[in-house]
Amino acid sequence: MLIKTGKPGDIRPSEITSESAYLRRREFLYGGAAFASLALPGRGLASVSTSLSQRLKEADKTAFGEGESLTPFRDVTNYNNFYEFGTDKSDPAEYARAMTVDPWSVSVEGHAEVTGNFTLEDILKPHGLEERIYRLRCVEAWSMVIPWYGFPLADLLKRFKPTSKAKYVFFETLYRPDEMRGQRSLFTSLEWPYVEGLRMDEAMHPLSFMAVGLYGKALPNQNGAPIRLVVPWKYGFKSIKSIVKIRFMEERLKTSWEKAGPSEYGFYSNVNPNVDHPRWSQKTERRLPNSLFSPNRIDTQMFNGYADEVASLYAGMDLKANF
Amino acid sequence: MTGKWIKSRWLWWLVFLGGLLPFVFLGVRIVQNNLGSEPAKYLVEFLGEAALVMLLLTLSVTPLNRFVSGWVRFRRMLGLYALFYAGCHVASYGVFLVDWNNLLEDLYKRPYITMGFLALVILVSLGLTSNKLMMRRLGRSWKRLHRLVYLAAILVIVHFWWQVRSDFTEPLLYALVLMCLLGFRFRYFSGLLGGGR
Repeated sequence: MLIKTGKPGDIRPSEITSESAYLRRREFLYGGAAFASLALPGRGLASVSTSLSQRLKEADKTAFGEGESLTPFRDVTNYNNFYEFGTDKSDPAEYARAMTVDPWSVSVEGHAEVTGNFTLEDILKPHGLEERIYRLRCVEAWSMVIPWYGFPLADLLKRFKPTSKAKYVFFETLYRPDEMRGQRSLFTSLEWPYVEGLRMDEAMHPLSFMAVGLYGKALPNQNGAPIRLVVPWKYGFKSIKSIVKIRFMEERLKTSWEKAGPSEYGFYSNVNPNVDHPRWSQKTERRLPNSLFSPNRIDTQMFNGYADEVASLYAGMDLKANF
Repeated sequence: MTGKWIKSRWLWWLVFLGGLLPFVFLGVRIVQNNLGSEPAKYLVEFLGEAALVMLLLTLSVTPLNRFVSGWVRFRRMLGLYALFYAGCHVASYGVFLVDWNNLLEDLYKRPYITMGFLALVILVSLGLTSNKLMMRRLGRSWKRLHRLVYLAAILVIVHFWWQVRSDFTEPLLYALVLMCLLGFRFRYFSGLLGGGR
């Protein structure tokens, strides 16, 4: 039986970042960046993190998610599915710090004119960051509202000049069992490395987003540092974390979840209240934050509420058959 | 091995209070508002796991009794604790996680819920017939009826197993414990342990 009690000396996330501190984050980042640039004239590790914090500070506000109430930072960073670190929601927050995210590189392969190995700096350099508040709906029927920081996936993919043969784009998560304890589990049905993918038109859709931060900070490891995908109209597991490989493909590969449970997890996995998971209903979701006596249960929307933007991608398709 | 202590009042209280520990633990966490980001889910899963542990403890009484005779006096209490936690598990599922309309729909649509429900039906009927009056009344069939506890335990493991998304380690461990407990009975009753009464 799992009984988790905090050790007396444990620091609670709310002690690290209070809501008021979050709201004053820009002051903090200004101060922090100024201090860092004084103390460590841009070199190596310091330059990556200062330039990222600088960019996060300069990120443009957008209209995405206006009027949504945000899921608190504490929940966003302590209630995660990142099976590379274990299947309990609290495992990633506990164990993901073991993952080395600097240095980081991404290899680009397949049907594109520009391929090869790129450092994280190469990847990020030309992109200005923007803040987008997106709903995130997990296939397990809980959901969050998260302020992501990043840039459109299309802007990144265009830089590699995919050829006409590129019909799909696939992504891979880091495979490093000595730092990712979930990858050492003996009785898991998931294959590593974790693979996810999109049809090219889905990937090029303006809502598809590459995130490098949330709540004005660099992505915490448990949320998929240093770079992850966010596809807000699909179930959360499509939004692959800690990306190390991008492949432009002509044929469709099987994704990790398709291999583990073909009757439960389809390639598309668009949020759809009318198609149940075989083992539970998708009609409603539990929005975080919630508590025992205010469960915050709301109706799930078609395409997670992004139908106006994305429904046309699937015109004429049977969404029950292509779940 | 046996002794007076097995019949002592303080041991009875120790086991009784020990069985309440998970409940007290939950109570403290609820008061502290410390059930994590999804309190309802935590509550339901915790109570379910407590019920499973109590059920396995109940099933371990017979093997233990071979080493510590007299231990059998705690079997009914542990069994009733399993029923108690299973009841709380289902009640909290119904109250906090779904509404009761959905519960009925889940019963026929989701096989893992069907398994859990069948196990609950068994535990309730065993609980209702666990008093001395019913034991007397049912006579020989009481024993046959209460062998259903083995079926209940298997159903509970299946109920757990079918909810796993990818990692089977935890239900596998419980399944192994159950297999040992059932395996003991098989050997015991086929006389291989030499103690067949």
